[in-house]
Amino acid sequence: MALKGLDIFKLSPKKNCKECGSPTCMAFSMKVAQGAVSVDACPYFSEDAKAQLNEATAPPMKTIKVGAGDSEMVLGGETVLFRHEKTFVNKTRYAVSLCNCMDDAAIEAKLAEIPKVDYERIGERMFVEMVYVNYCADAGKEKYLDLVKKAEGLGRVLILGCTDPDVAKEALELVKAGKPVLNGANASNYEAMSAVATAAGVVLGVQGADANELYDTVAALEKLGNKNLLIDCGVNSVKEAYAIAVQFRKAAIKDSDRTCGYPSIVRVDQLAKGNAHLQAALVSLFTMKYGSIVVLEQMTYAEALPLYGLRQNVFTDPQKPMKVEPGIYPLNGADENSICVTTVDFALTYFVVSGELERSGVPLNLIINDAGGLSVLTSWAAGKFSAGSIAKFFQEQDIEGKLKSRKLIIPGKVAVLKGELEAKLPGWEIIIAPKEAVQLVKFMKDITA
Amino acid sequence: MPFTAKSGKFNAKINTVEIGTGDKAIKMGGENVLPFYTFDDAIENAPKVGIEITDGGVAAEPECIQKCYEGCESVVDMAKKAASFEGVDFLSVRLEGGDPNGQNKPTEELIQLVKDIADAVDVPLVICGSKNVEKDSELLDKAAAALEGRNALILAAKEENYKTIGASAGLAYKQVVGAESAVDINLAKQLNVLLTQLGVDGKNVVMNIGTAAAGYGFEYVVSTMDRIKAAALQQGDVTLQMPIITPVASEVWGVKEAMASEADMPEWGCQEERGIDMEIETAAAVLASGSNAVILRHPESVKTIKTLVSELV
Ligand code: B12
Ligand code: SF4
Repeated sequence: MALKGLDIFKLSPKKNCKECGSPTCMAFSMKVAQGAVSVDACPYFSEDAKAQLNEATAPPMKTIKVGAGDSEMVLGGETVLFRHEKTFVNKTRYAVSLCNCMDDAAIEAKLAEIPKVDYERIGERMFVEMVYVNYCADAGKEKYLDLVKKAEGLGRVLILGCTDPDVAKEALELVKAGKPVLNGANASNYEAMSAVATAAGVVLGVQGADANELYDTVAALEKLGNKNLLIDCGVNSVKEAYAIAVQFRKAAIKDSDRTCGYPSIVRVDQLAKGNAHLQAALVSLFTMKYGSIVVLEQMTYAEALPLYGLRQNVFTDPQKPMKVEPGIYPLNGADENSICVTTVDFALTYFVVSGELERSGVPLNLIINDAGGLSVLTSWAAGKFSAGSIAKFFQEQDIEGKLKSRKLIIPGKVAVLKGELEAKLPGWEIIIAPKEAVQLVKFMKDITA
Repeated sequence: MPFTAKSGKFNAKINTVEIGTGDKAIKMGGENVLPFYTFDDAIENAPKVGIEITDGGVAAEPECIQKCYEGCESVVDMAKKAASFEGVDFLSVRLEGGDPNGQNKPTEELIQLVKDIADAVDVPLVICGSKNVEKDSELLDKAAAALEGRNALILAAKEENYKTIGASAGLAYKQVVGAESAVDINLAKQLNVLLTQLGVDGKNVVMNIGTAAAGYGFEYVVSTMDRIKAAALQQGDVTLQMPIITPVASEVWGVKEAMASEADMPEWGCQEERGIDMEIETAAAVLASGSNAVILRHPESVKTIKTLVSELV
């Protein structure tokens, strides 16, 4: 929220001594409001006044760091509610939960399962970045501390789900170097929890029986001077968790209510109540609407593949189209005689198609056209991937001089280009491929068999 | 001091459009808040979930869905079974086989099928074309005529063929007109304007603004829907207040995550689960962006999305 000159003037020393270079304190305040000078140019602003000013000009949503070293992650810091308004800056992170109430076999199975989802998609590593370790008093402290140690072994950022300050303190002693999150402050324990979190230098998650209690507890923690917080959207119901995720984000960004301006944590593992498919629906929902961390009961490839793709899409910068350099990409040890395959320069298309072509093991030259960084059908519909543009590109790049093969495979979605391409590229045999890249392995093997 | 959220309720609202007749008729739209923002105001009509079948019958389904239709001998059997799955609000029939670049089935044959299905089920019907604009002019015109009195949704009229389909479905046979555009707010608006200029009642139009599978250019879908809802509700743009329907199934069952066999991608695990989750996660995301209805293919996805909706509304 931008401060008005008058608000700043109220905090100013009102000496009119001109030392700042402005004729009056009022003139100086106007300049500060416009962002033309920093308050630091006046030697007489009280520390308290400066703190108030900084507070008022800080971004609406806090940027919170968790994890240490290579695992450090940034949460929050968003300035808009919709990605088309600017861009979302810090993607949703996913955690899988463990509890000391689980039996040993289940714990071992989960510990072994968590690292399994780990792959790359368009230059981004996709994996379970956090592990939630829940404390259940009935199952005992010793088992919990043991579990925390074990979970740490996975090398992911930990979230300690624990509302008992003494247990939390002991657990943090073991793992605080990794900058975990301590999730468990509530209306009745927040002072003690805040002391424990602050002493260990970690972020504190705040919970509440409902939105009001949650809000009040955050406000109380802020009063204690702790602003290194996360908002837990609660486990009462899907409806309530969604309401908190949306309303807190909205209040922070639209209405500058900073008490709401913390990253969120959503306990989908609890909300889905053991229904794995509902969990998939919920994690997608909360990736769209304002989960900073979403906790799941498990992460399988089935859930992960669409989810990480969705996240990659939603958190991409709308101002920057993702494209790859046009040109010839020899794959699988191709030489000038190897068969040619062509497609567009949209990064996603390149990634999907080249991946399949590599899997086929068939040596080939992948010719990436200059299609404005658009998908096959989009660029075709926009006239940027036509027989004319392909022929022109072939000429500019001197494809015929560089390659001896005269067989060109085109994407199935633009099968209509065949006739015209044959006319524009005399001597080339134009072969129509299937529509989807997933069919490529078989197709390439068959065609070169 | 308790938490006081400002209400995000708008003065404008999305049109309420009914499809189907009798007890099973459903209402789409009508809300004056963003998707699932029940804390801003009550949402009268929860988003609807449809199931899709094609004229290709059971054999044309992905293998993992075929088993859900065990015992169905004809497309009509399949339609009856589909309509009976838990959570199904409407049945969508895609006349894929009509595509001249594909099987090129004659229009008469497909229309007969539409009639037979309509006789066999009482749920609201959505009729989708072959994706070929010329063929669809004919196919959807005839389908609108054949379903007179059923208040079906004809999906869809596009910029290239809206005159024929709009006139037939919207004016001659009083069906609900689907308006399909390509992931762009201006195109969506323009088509709605053209349809109303043709005389179609804008309150009887449902938009398909285009979609993609999660991970496949989906960000454009999100932003287009977000912007359409903002224009409709915040700015009160009546030319964009039509409810949105999103055919998720026809996108998701083509991508690798859903199609690659387990033999091909052993570490990815069960193919059926991958297809279901791709469908569920894409559907949940389009609903979160403002779709008023989704069309799905796997009965398990239908059931799950129905559960999600009932948890939220
Ligand atoms: C996102 C999107 C956009 C984005 C562009 C994003 C981008 N970088 O391309 C925006 C919003 C900008 C856009 C604009 C337009 N779009 Co657009 N868009 C889409 C959308 C939703 C997804 C496209 C996508 O990202 N696909 C993912 C990539 C990976 O797909 P792909 O490149 O085709 O690759 C796949 C296959 O083709 C295959 N493949 C690729 N190469 C090869 C090679 C071989 C050998 C093989 C075997 C396979 C293969 O592998 C991939 C996976 O299987 C589609 C609808 C859809 N669901 O597909 C419409 C769609 C492509 N758009 C369409 C249209 C009409 C347009 C516009 C012309 C609209 C307009 N009139 O303004 C504009 C044109 C752009 C311009 N003027 O600059 C239409 C095209 C209609 C048609 N059949 O011709 C579509 C199909 C929507 C529709 N149903 O009407 N669009
Ligand atoms: S230096 Fe400070 S006190 Fe002096 S005129 Fe400038 S603002 Fe006022």
